[in-house]
Amino acid sequence: MSLFRHTLRTNSMGRSPERAVENQPFSPPSVAKGSRLRGAEVTASVCPYCAVGCGQLIYTKGGRIIDIEGNPDSPINEGTLCPKGANTFQLAENPHRIQKVLYRAPYSHRWEEKPLDWAMDRIAEKLKNTRDADFVEKKDDTVLNHVTTIASLGGATMDNEENYLIKKLFNGGLGIVAIENQARI
Amino acid sequence: MPGLGTSFGRGAATGYQQDLQNSDCILIMGSNMAEAHPVGFRFPIKARERGAKLIHVDPHFTRTSAMCSQYVPIRAGSDIAFLGGLINYVLENERWFREYVLAYTNAATLVSDQFVDTDELDGLFGGFDAAKRDYDPERKGWHYQDEPSTPKTQTPPEIKVESFSERLGFIQNPQPPSDPSLADPRCVMNILRSHYKRYTPEMVASICGCTQQEFLEVAEAVCQNSGRERTTAIVYAVGWTQHSTGVQIIRAAGILQLLLGNMGRPGGGIMAMRGHASIQGSTDVPTLYDLLPGYIPQPAAIRNHNSLREYLEQEQVPHGYWANFHKFMVSLLKAWYGTAATAENEWGYQWVPRIDDNYSQLPTFMRMADGKVKGLFLFGQNPAGGAPNAGINRKALRNLDWLVVRDWFEIESACFWYKGPEHPDPGTVKTEVFFIPAAASSEKQGSFTNTQRLLQWHDKAIDPPQDCRSDLWFVYHLGKRLKQLYAGSKELRDQGLLNLTWNYEYRQPEILPGGARSRIHGEPDAERVLREINGYTVADGKLVSGFSDLKEDGSTACGCWIYSGVFPEEGRNRARQRKRTPGNLTEPEWGFAWPHNRRMLYNRASADPEGNPWSDRKKYIWWDEKLRKWTGLDEPDFEPDKPPSYRPPPGSTGMASIAGDSPFIMKPDGKGWLYAPAGTKDGPLPTHYEPVESPVRNLLYSQQENPMVERYGDLMNPIADLLDPRYPVVATTARLTEHYLSGPMSRFNSWLNELQPEMFIELSPELAAERNIQHGSWMVAWNCRAAIEGKAMVTRRLRPLTVDGRTLHQIAIPFHWGFAGETVGSIANDLTSVVADPNVSMHEAKAFTCEVRAGRLEDTRTDPPLPMAAWPTRERAPDTPDSNQPEGQVL
Repeated sequence: MSLFRHTLRTNSMGRSPERAVENQPFSPPSVAKGSRLRGAEVTASVCPYCAVGCGQLIYTKGGRIIDIEGNPDSPINEGTLCPKGANTFQLAENPHRIQKVLYRAPYSHRWEEKPLDWAMDRIAEKLKNTRDADFVEKKDDTVLNHVTTIASLGGATMDNEENYLIKKLFNGGLGIVAIENQARI
Repeated sequence: MPGLGTSFGRGAATGYQQDLQNSDCILIMGSNMAEAHPVGFRFPIKARERGAKLIHVDPHFTRTSAMCSQYVPIRAGSDIAFLGGLINYVLENERWFREYVLAYTNAATLVSDQFVDTDELDGLFGGFDAAKRDYDPERKGWHYQDEPSTPKTQTPPEIKVESFSERLGFIQNPQPPSDPSLADPRCVMNILRSHYKRYTPEMVASICGCTQQEFLEVAEAVCQNSGRERTTAIVYAVGWTQHSTGVQIIRAAGILQLLLGNMGRPGGGIMAMRGHASIQGSTDVPTLYDLLPGYIPQPAAIRNHNSLREYLEQEQVPHGYWANFHKFMVSLLKAWYGTAATAENEWGYQWVPRIDDNYSQLPTFMRMADGKVKGLFLFGQNPAGGAPNAGINRKALRNLDWLVVRDWFEIESACFWYKGPEHPDPGTVKTEVFFIPAAASSEKQGSFTNTQRLLQWHDKAIDPPQDCRSDLWFVYHLGKRLKQLYAGSKELRDQGLLNLTWNYEYRQPEILPGGARSRIHGEPDAERVLREINGYTVADGKLVSGFSDLKEDGSTACGCWIYSGVFPEEGRNRARQRKRTPGNLTEPEWGFAWPHNRRMLYNRASADPEGNPWSDRKKYIWWDEKLRKWTGLDEPDFEPDKPPSYRPPPGSTGMASIAGDSPFIMKPDGKGWLYAPAGTKDGPLPTHYEPVESPVRNLLYSQQENPMVERYGDLMNPIADLLDPRYPVVATTARLTEHYLSGPMSRFNSWLNELQPEMFIELSPELAAERNIQHGSWMVAWNCRAAIEGKAMVTRRLRPLTVDGRTLHQIAIPFHWGFAGETVGSIANDLTSVVADPNVSMHEAKAFTCEVRAGRLEDTRTDPPLPMAAWPTRERAPDTPDSNQPEGQVL
């Protein structure tokens, strides 16, 4: 069946059930053939790679992404994507993707899977211990109210809202000053 | 981006990408736009189809060069010599746009008699203190006439970040003395002429390695395509920023565009092509150590910032738009600390930490390598492969007590403890590593700010799988846990955290497209965060319509004032607007551009001083005398009803001090700055210095390198000697369309790895012949920091240059490979050094030296790559009949 369909592909423009009935050389499976995007939910998105800001459409069915294409409405890309943008699908649907929390103990030779809650609790505890040990309120008479032994790096690949919360919590809440991302200039 | 900020007022690309199609000439320099920003490059191509001339000036012939009308090869690191040559050509041949320059720039402004130029001091400006490696504020005299010799605040040399008023240029008199006849030898125009007079076409050819004819053709093209009827645009990217003189390269482009009258006009401007989806956003809403949201300076212990009153006194600028600074600062504190922020406690100002040193990435990782940093969070960044002198960065990670990695794949910075060129023994690495898997952009909602300051919302399509979570979720829940751990504390140091407003969860259960309820427990609502960023009235929570609504009395809260207006009323998230406006290229209803949806900055300059378009062909906004307002194709970047004839009364402050013909409203004098009396540490005018590693002497001055360059870690970060004979080859790093940065978003992806499967090094046939390197065989590149290997790509895309009369070779190294992922290869950044621009601590990856040979490294052990993923999975599309399953899959 598959072979048969391929031999007909070049002639399959404009096929329709009516024409099949009219003895056109299309098999019933060819006539029934359609895009897998048919019936999918479509969600408007933006490419996560460079800063051009191409619009994307995400097609989902049954809670799974089945395709990501350029958004023809976007004035920036008008439906086009570069090879990386076209690869956005593989960022989500990828066998290499890690989906469980991994933990590596000091001096250990291996990763261990851990529950998310356990990891979040332990990170909060580590952060608190380091902060409490190294927080500096004043140097001589000058107020510092900061901690310099904890750092955060990253942000340019993330949402504005996420950057806002990082700066607010780490800086305005905890006094961490070494907060940086890919941007410098 | 102080390069643009110092010249024009804001550190951001001045126009929008689509506008490039209006250009008559586009000079692309320090950017490989076709390769790195392929979809954005369709606009230069549209311009070319309309007859525009496209010019590419670059050490490396690339996909961009192939699409341009002219390609000029230059030596990596010689950009200021080339641009200085263009400035000199424009001035010598009187090709500058006289009316524009006199009205809109500081060309006529008089500079202090104290100022001494590099021309007299062989490459240094006056007042250089060699012992401190800094310009002495008392002696340098860069200020305008009749201004005090020292600025209001002065940052000590060991601290790299300037105060706000230093950065912005604090001047007391917004109408400084000037000589519109340009006869006075102390006026900016004459200083500019003498500063650039040695940048002759002969000198440009000698330094850059291009021919005089090539240079002159570029110079003629930009001159012929500028003026009333025509405009030229300049496009740059990290090919300019990653230099020890990066800020001054961009300043030089600013000077050229001001002289040619191309700023604020359609088809003109300077398009900074940024590399990440929200890199503009991450400086606007900064995850940066020296800034609070909206370019408000982080309070600093080195200045008199002990109280909010003192902080505001120090930082406030009386003239121009920044006179509203205190309203933005108080509103930010109200957004962070809510009802706990009161007038009595300085709106919580004492809870904000102070900086007392340079805490940017490079010095932080040097401290980390020394064991002085204990904990690190990585959010989608990969310093083990992507940071300069990456070997130090891997060492730094191995010296941490604990590390949290937020990513999708097991990137280099997650597996550094058992993989990598050092082949570490895990039993010796103490770092405790938490890998918390991240959600993809399709699995969360939020806004990115693209390269043209455009906020665009991406909706959430599905839930992330299993334990993968958005960074919003991670930070929010970490914050909730910390608030619990600190609950009840009476310590002053904990009050900021306990008072932090922290309530972002969905008010109604989150519903996914298709109607299902999200299974993620406690996911924050990104729109609630954006509402706080936009700002609201404290009393009733009503959203403010824009930053002009913000108050200094604590009655408004606003998380980032420049974004105010993005969510101006209930139900109206303008970042989420996706409506086209046929006939208007600015597309005002597609996303939201800061500030205030202005698509082109400084667009007052698109009209002449009287308010009329410079020409019908280049009209953009203009003064409508009948309506008494500015009108046109874009939101005016100007007070909408201020007539062109307005002149500030003596003693006026704020926006009242900006004249009706002064388009650069963020500058205290309203002018574009040809000459920068403040804002750049290494001089008021760009001056050619050689890269820190260079096989060539500075032919213009005996001062070899940027006198204020930042250096770090002597032993860990060795630098080649001046003209070091061991390393005669100039190297530059490069990008490929099919890969992304150090690889976390491309080397785990089989489609991309199939397109670009292997690390290589590009070199010319001449260099290959000299070193007996065969195309396609292995070769090694090394310097005093590291040695790397790759397949030799012998190509005419690189050509030997004649510099100062002798032959000089250059190589180009893609920096996308590492030891994790489906394809592995040497890390280009192992060769780059940690030296940086003094203004912004940006490293110098685009020009350094090395040597090359045929063959492989002595240690050929490599980490095994991951197996290539099948296309893309063998699973069927759900809820889809057999007939509609994709081709090539088993039915």
